[in-house]
Amino acid sequence: MSDGRTLGQLLAQRGVSRRAFLKYSSYLASLMALPPAASRAMAEGLAKAPRQSVIWLSFQECTGCTESITRAHSPTLEDLIFDFISLDYHHTLQAASGEAAEAARHEAMAANKGKYIVVVDGSVPVGAGAIYSTIAGITNQQMLEETVKDAFAVVAVGTCAAFGGIPHARPNPTNAMPIRRLVKDKPVINISGCPPIPEAMAGTLAHVLAFGNVPELDSHGRPLAFFGDSIHDRCYRRPFYDKGQFAESFDDDGARKGWCLYKLGCKGPVTYNACATLKWNGGVSFPIQSGHGCLGCSEPHFWDMGGFYKPVSAPSDEVGPLAAIAVAGGAAAGVAAGLVHRAAKVKAKAAHTTVTVDDLEKTS
Amino acid sequence: MTAVDLLALARGPLFQIALVIFAAGVTLRIVEILVIGRRPDYAEARQGAVLSGVSTMFTRSIPREGMFRRNPFVIVSGYIFHIGLFVVIFLSAPHIEVWRAITGFAWPSLPTPLVDFLTVASIAAMLVVLVNRMRDPVLRFLSTFQDYLVWAATFLAFLTGYLAVHHMLLRYEAMLAVHIISVEVLLVLFPFTKLMHTFTLFMARYYTGATFGRKGVES
Ligand code: SF4
Repeated sequence: MSDGRTLGQLLAQRGVSRRAFLKYSSYLASLMALPPAASRAMAEGLAKAPRQSVIWLSFQECTGCTESITRAHSPTLEDLIFDFISLDYHHTLQAASGEAAEAARHEAMAANKGKYIVVVDGSVPVGAGAIYSTIAGITNQQMLEETVKDAFAVVAVGTCAAFGGIPHARPNPTNAMPIRRLVKDKPVINISGCPPIPEAMAGTLAHVLAFGNVPELDSHGRPLAFFGDSIHDRCYRRPFYDKGQFAESFDDDGARKGWCLYKLGCKGPVTYNACATLKWNGGVSFPIQSGHGCLGCSEPHFWDMGGFYKPVSAPSDEVGPLAAIAVAGGAAAGVAAGLVHRAAKVKAKAAHTTVTVDDLEKTS
Repeated sequence: MTAVDLLALARGPLFQIALVIFAAGVTLRIVEILVIGRRPDYAEARQGAVLSGVSTMFTRSIPREGMFRRNPFVIVSGYIFHIGLFVVIFLSAPHIEVWRAITGFAWPSLPTPLVDFLTVASIAAMLVVLVNRMRDPVLRFLSTFQDYLVWAATFLAFLTGYLAVHHMLLRYEAMLAVHIISVEVLLVLFPFTKLMHTFTLFMARYYTGATFGRKGVES
């Protein structure tokens, strides 16, 4: 729970040196591609900020996003982000349960009115009176509305919260909704990904804490610092794409030579995320580096884009049989039309009478 | 609606609709022409018609010398963009994937820089033929709205494809959606416009060559 002490004080008490703190701030600032001057401002902002109360709501989700942030490789990152924030409510991580947990949520909301941040992972089912998912006797939708009312900002973490994700996949039986569709009067920051990159979550939270505002967002509400470039823009296999050298299967010569995975369905060209630069597991690798095309997990409808192994240029649905039917139908219609014209020709020929000079001279 | 929604629409239902109209329309028109057939020629043939017909399909692709000399620039431009179209449609990697999806067959692609070069050359050539059409008084007089329409549809397909590949003007997913939709417009226009010459051209040349062949005339 936040107790009024600033982060600077807190960290000093913990024995985190100013040097280590500056280093961490400049790391975060560089992650967000902020100019050098901003890194100092970020450090100062963070040092002065009170420990931020965060209420984490989990709805229709798989806990992968929580796994991602708590498994953030770099221990300093994980430690520090949990120093910066006071995670006042989180089903999976908090010790309290049942009524005590709900009481903690209400207490944090009352104590930090207008100042707390709500992090949401998972989409909200609104079909059938929103009864598909309930927590503590209320629907997810009710819990969201109630919690968001006095929040400073909302961070939708993961593709389910940001865009509906897997629960939203066709035919979307629960009528799952992304958070932005339900929260209209508060800033909503989307950090999409299945799961999102831990640094993107940490960096965005640090920005909000240090500067007290929402970072610059793209048209999908995602921080431009992490979602400004496509995977394809930053992919190390790009030279092969440009040359037209493609792997045709996962174990052919091209695949072994590390050629571009476009033909194997890589969605890198239409996916915006920082995987190709920040990578995963502390910068070890990312899907394309391990030989598999990008699934496009940080984009809306990534589950419904026609299959992970279909190239982006190809139609998303099965079209072969449709084309065959169209050709057959067209041929049948062509035969019919041809026969009609032929009949007309025959008829015209039969009706044809020879015109003589006398005919032309007739006056009536 | 976001660019991603548009792309999903373009790759999904819109493509299906365009493909059905194209495939059914083109087949209908070709079959119709074949079924109507030609008036039987009762005269004794001087020589075989088939060979002459088939060879005319190709020989007429070479310009007459006099015509070429009169306006070489425009004729070369015509060749460039037709060859460009063929190469881009059939030999560029992303398009071969579309063919694979429709027919189940795929073949090796040309290197991207080559396809790229031909695209730029085709775009330039299409501008040349358009300027020529508008400047030449006879051509301008003969041109109808449809001529400009099919020019624009073809040109847009080229241009948006180039812009998409090079991430220009719009983000890739948005430009890709625009490109796919522009091609879908082309597919829908195809059976109803002069674009049909892609197929009928060869039929007409065959008929001409075959008729001449029967008469023992060189075509
Ligand atoms: S592997 Fe994917 S992201 Fe990388 S260059 Fe090829 S298509 Fe682009």
